[in-house]
Amino acid sequence: MNRKIADRIATITFVGLSMIIVAILLYLFAYIIMNGFSKISWDFLTSPSSNILAGSGIRDQLFNSFYILILTLIISVPLGVLGGIYMAQYAKPGKLTNFIRSCIEMLSSLPSIVIGMFGLLVFVNTTGWGYTIFGGALTIAIFNIPVMVRTCEDAIRSVPRELKEASLALGITQWHTVKTVLLPSAFPGILTGVILSAGRIFGEAAALLYTAGLSTPRLDYTNWNPFADNSPLNIFRPAETLAVHIWSINTQGLIPDVTEKAAGASAVLVISVLIFNLLARWIGSMYYKKMTATK
Amino acid sequence: MKKIKKLSLAILVSIFALVLAACGSGAEDTNNNSSSSNGNEGNQGEEKTEELSGSIVISGSSAMQPLVAAAAEQFMAENPKVDIQVNAGGSGTGLSQVAEGSVDIGNSDVFAEEKEGIPADKLVDFKVAVVGMTAAVNPNVGIKDISKADLIKVFTGEIKNWKELGGADQEIVLVNRPDSSGTRATFVKYGLDGAETAEGITEDSSNTVKKIISETEGAIGYLAFSYFTDDAVTPLSIDGVEATDENVQTGKFPIWAYQHSYTNGEPEGLVKTFLDYLFSDDVQKTILPDQGYLPVTDMKVERDATGALSDIK
Amino acid sequence: MRNTTELSSHRLLKSNKNRKDSELKGNIIVKSSAIIIITLTIALTVFLSIKGLQSFIKNGINPWDFITGTNWNPTSETPSFGSFNFIFGSFAVTMLSALIAAPLGIGGAIFMTQIAPKWGNKLLRPVIELLVGIPSVVYGFIGLSVLVPFIRNHVGGLGFSLLSGTIVLAIMILPTVTSISTDALNALPKNLREGAYALGATRWQTIKKVLIPAALPSLLTAIVLGMARAFGEALAVQMVIGNVSDFPNSITDTAATLTTIITLNIGHTTYGSIENNTLWSLGLILLVMSFIFILIIRFLSSRRKI
Repeated sequence: MNRKIADRIATITFVGLSMIIVAILLYLFAYIIMNGFSKISWDFLTSPSSNILAGSGIRDQLFNSFYILILTLIISVPLGVLGGIYMAQYAKPGKLTNFIRSCIEMLSSLPSIVIGMFGLLVFVNTTGWGYTIFGGALTIAIFNIPVMVRTCEDAIRSVPRELKEASLALGITQWHTVKTVLLPSAFPGILTGVILSAGRIFGEAAALLYTAGLSTPRLDYTNWNPFADNSPLNIFRPAETLAVHIWSINTQGLIPDVTEKAAGASAVLVISVLIFNLLARWIGSMYYKKMTATK
Repeated sequence: MKKIKKLSLAILVSIFALVLAACGSGAEDTNNNSSSSNGNEGNQGEEKTEELSGSIVISGSSAMQPLVAAAAEQFMAENPKVDIQVNAGGSGTGLSQVAEGSVDIGNSDVFAEEKEGIPADKLVDFKVAVVGMTAAVNPNVGIKDISKADLIKVFTGEIKNWKELGGADQEIVLVNRPDSSGTRATFVKYGLDGAETAEGITEDSSNTVKKIISETEGAIGYLAFSYFTDDAVTPLSIDGVEATDENVQTGKFPIWAYQHSYTNGEPEGLVKTFLDYLFSDDVQKTILPDQGYLPVTDMKVERDATGALSDIK
Repeated sequence: MRNTTELSSHRLLKSNKNRKDSELKGNIIVKSSAIIIITLTIALTVFLSIKGLQSFIKNGINPWDFITGTNWNPTSETPSFGSFNFIFGSFAVTMLSALIAAPLGIGGAIFMTQIAPKWGNKLLRPVIELLVGIPSVVYGFIGLSVLVPFIRNHVGGLGFSLLSGTIVLAIMILPTVTSISTDALNALPKNLREGAYALGATRWQTIKKVLIPAALPSLLTAIVLGMARAFGEALAVQMVIGNVSDFPNSITDTAATLTTIITLNIGHTTYGSIENNTLWSLGLILLVMSFIFILIIRFLSSRRKI
């Protein structure tokens, strides 16, 4: 009887622990949305931010966040995918592979502030670029690459063995097998990973404070020439992202409606991340259905 | 399941549409906002004989960034071919970068002479504004005036409870700035006569400091005048001198500092024109007071890097 | 349909030379990515080490005093640079937050994998992925507006404290701990559990005596990875811990961590000045700690039983 009671208690404890986790999240989420949702308006999303006046918006910051996100993905996804292929297919067990694995773990667990300091040293000072979108994107790519490598390695490893072996048995070379068999089958898994990592990039602030800067020049959204100084597409201009904006208006802002703006911006950020998550789950389930239906 | 999918897709599409629309309508918004919300910008229609063009990169003090950015915005509105980038990153960063020559103007809230490793003799100092600051306490402390000697005792930890100064029976909680902060340097130098402060909560940003003081019983910190817009915190008079713009201008109130713009060597061309603009009435009489700064042109006293005060003739 | 497959297989089985060329090309592309990753890691280490050692080499600060000294006063007439209190602060919040997050995270993982997989996957997993996505700035802001006043009013002290930092960090590392633990428990062979049930063990006995011991190295890895994250977190902690360089006397006392001192000061100091150099040295300590966390993880995974 005793062990049954112990079992009961244990079950209740685990359920309780899980409920605490859910409660924490629900609270955080409710707090952010309740405080911020009413502040989101068309005006808020489409007007430029101001350092002094009430009623400013987050237009530029929103654009910068998406732009840095896209640039980071352009840099880190190809490298990450290739790294993942290497780890899953090419790497032979041994000292070297072990070393690379340590490098990847190391990069992915580095504090973002340390990576930010490295970015400040290399992409801001050594190159002489100053604060730029590009420097910011390169800096975030440093910790996104290992994440992508892992995701891709897992995705490629989870491709059914028979598929790969059948291809190799046909006398197709390894590289061709990777290109024509493994990558297409692993693609949905990789995509899900990319979208989930996008959430983290979107919310990153510490690494961007010292690399992309705290200010945005006056932007002219009709100027699509990426080399013009006031073009939103210029990658060598400083850019304040949404997460950095929340940080900076909370800390330095002189606008009279600091709390409202910060709450609104936080809500926009969290909702964006939520959308990334939903998108990832949706693609995941589509993929699952497709795979199970065709097989 | 299907419904959720459709819903998430709809949300996505609308978000993208929103972002696109936001980008599209951007250009007009900028113009509308800057002219409608700032009614008293002064005469923008001044005729310029030759059109200016080129670009300026500015970096430095994050406290000064809003001020210079606002001035730059007006300057660019008058000279559409000019592009001015105002970065923030801290006074140290600004001074380092202007000394290296990677930016045209470096903003700082302290004299370059006070920072180690900066070739101050090579830099040219433009004191564009004055900022006054004073000690601020939680309103429940019940004190509005403090003598300088007592202020020093409070910040060095010699006095530990407000009742010793005739206030409420509350323990004193110090709210400090980081060691390297210009605000702290100014306050310690002119408010505490250089006394070393005791340890306390340390925050860099004025908003956070204000929040902490207003929410913590017995808290005291120091803030620029521009943060005394409501009753959340009580600014203290020092030795009976009220912390007002007037008293700073006449030199009666001791705790104030210049906001500096440094250039590497004498400025030329566009950089000079912009610096001149910073001293024009358009900036000194409108943008500065709006942001809680004091116009440097109204000062009746001046100060050098060593802190020596003298009258302006 | 048939034609195309024939065509493509024909294309795939091109002449030997072509095949070798393409294989070589693939090899080079893939390997170069591995080389980039290695270079990146080495460059990061070298750059940060050079910069971080400046204060010892150029400014002549004794490294031992730097690490063990308890007096941090860079701006006084006789500056002193003792970072022990920050190192202690970093370790204290890291350990304490792991103490909170570990039982919660592993408990949640057990619930998700052993007790209610369906519920777990439908409710808990999305919840956890969302927690990952909340930016640290937002955590810090909520900590400042909700947690700090709560602790001030109900626990005591100023509210800005080790405790506040610990709680914020615990919530932040919870997703890391939970998701890696879940993966670890899912990776256990099914027959382990079934074998235990077949022997008449209850679920709790199975979990306690079979599953947890079997997954222990991976579960510890989950905790260490969470700790690595906590150790490096900057902005959220800075907003709630108080950043006082004195040694904390109790858990409700204010403290400071390595990261908070760096973020507070780096913008104000000038490149090459002694103050700036010591901040980079603090960064180097963070880097070295990450190395140590990775070594611990490597050690744990080499002991993985299954």
